[in-house]
Amino acid sequence: MRAVITVIGKDMVGILAKVSTVCADKGVNVLEVTQSILQEMFAMIMMVDISKCTVPFNELSEELTKLGEDMNLRIHVMHEDIFNSMHRI
Amino acid sequence: MLNSHDILETINMIDNENLDVRTITMGISLLDCIDPDANRACDKIYDKICRYAQNLVKTGEDISNEYGIPIINKRISVTPISMIAGANPGVDPVRFALALDRAAQTVGVNFIGGYSALVHKGFSPGDYALIESIPEALSRTNFVCSSVNIGSTKAGINMDAVAKMGKIVRKTAEVTADRDCIGAAKLVVFCNAPEDNPFMAGAFHGTGEPDCEINVGVSGPGVVRAALANAGDCDITAIADIIKKTAFKVTRMGQLVAQEASRRLCVPFGIVDLSLAPTPAIGDSVAYILEEMGLECCGAHGTTAALALLNDAVKKGGVMASSHVGGLSGAFIPVTEDAGMIHAAECGALTLTKLEAMTAVCSVGLDMIAIPGDTPSEVISAIIADEAAIGMVNSKTTAVRVIPAIGKKVGDELSFGGLLGNGPVMEVNRYSPAKFIGRGGRIPAPMQSLKN
Repeated sequence: MRAVITVIGKDMVGILAKVSTVCADKGVNVLEVTQSILQEMFAMIMMVDISKCTVPFNELSEELTKLGEDMNLRIHVMHEDIFNSMHRI
Repeated sequence: MLNSHDILETINMIDNENLDVRTITMGISLLDCIDPDANRACDKIYDKICRYAQNLVKTGEDISNEYGIPIINKRISVTPISMIAGANPGVDPVRFALALDRAAQTVGVNFIGGYSALVHKGFSPGDYALIESIPEALSRTNFVCSSVNIGSTKAGINMDAVAKMGKIVRKTAEVTADRDCIGAAKLVVFCNAPEDNPFMAGAFHGTGEPDCEINVGVSGPGVVRAALANAGDCDITAIADIIKKTAFKVTRMGQLVAQEASRRLCVPFGIVDLSLAPTPAIGDSVAYILEEMGLECCGAHGTTAALALLNDAVKKGGVMASSHVGGLSGAFIPVTEDAGMIHAAECGALTLTKLEAMTAVCSVGLDMIAIPGDTPSEVISAIIADEAAIGMVNSKTTAVRVIPAIGKKVGDELSFGGLLGNGPVMEVNRYSPAKFIGRGGRIPAPMQSLKN
């Protein structure tokens, strides 16, 4: 199963490193990363494979949300199907 | 790889524009719970609902977590109870309402609909007993919702039922007067009621439906409004196009959730209802969409045209996004549940007469409107008759959910809290329709019914 992690907020040092560390700890494989910075607003999108994730989905989600709160960023983890169904015919 | 613009658009819709799935509603047939012993029938009802819906709330929460989409309500609709309780003449139907209430509490849903009767052509004894019991049933339960269908394009309007329901609506408000008359907020009088409606208070599980199914109601007025705001100055054709595209995306999300819920619960997928359903949250308002189109305030001349455009474009966009569309589908205009409507009613821009015109083109009818506490039951009946006539002639669903604000007058406020919201008491026409309503009988089905 693939999921999309999005990170939105003010740019700072170490965002990618911290999010990737959580992924690595939980057995989540990062497949692809894109990021852009527009007027100091940071937006990163990671496509990840969570089929070997060592914790239930909601725990991964909670951990990343908490990391986001600590860094003053908004972090979402969502099943990729939601984007496929909304934006593809 | 997915387009990053698309991904960020979805995230923005959820974070900032109140995108959500309004409800997953499990429809459950209770026809096999009919029993000559009322106690056994109530036990069977409780057991069947608890058995079928035991995982409904958890499954909804799991899907919500994994897909990152808020799913606000998990609900249940059941076979109209008049059909079940009709097998127990002489037994107070309120016992069935209490059984439904207990089941709803056990499985953790926030409403259960189906304390209902379909009397568009006439009453059976079971129907009559159920209707008589509605005020007590709604005052003694927390989760039960009730609806009565009093007319249809095929059958005409049962004016005896119209007269009766005016009294029942009033009495329901009276017996719950200590709780802001909330009983009347859980009672809907329909013409052309859909049998697969996932939205409360009017949801029930029709007799043509399967034993159990999942129906989903989407929402998203905030998303539509934001899309229009971003579009800036454009002509009406472009407005319709933007609404269609937005409705498509919103409905695709609903379709995905419906399919996933159906798969996980091993229950057939019924329909996705494409309705834009407002909530009192700021920005989640249908009125604001109409204002975004260029009206100074909802209720101004032009409101009906703007709403007609919105209702139609929502359907056109949604219809391609879902394999089965049903329920009500369109745009709801419940006054107390919509921040923009509340404001428009308070400032006098939106009146009951304008709302009546709007119901000719919206997805349902007069919804969540507080009226003065001294409104006579004949006036409520006449409001129901007018609304049913609009539905009957235009082959559409219409409904009346008015709340007589007992002890209050025009300008006072009712406050239910939560999704039901709050709103000002609105003026009604004071001239008497008593003789017309008192005649009884049936309004014959219109020419539109003869389509064969």
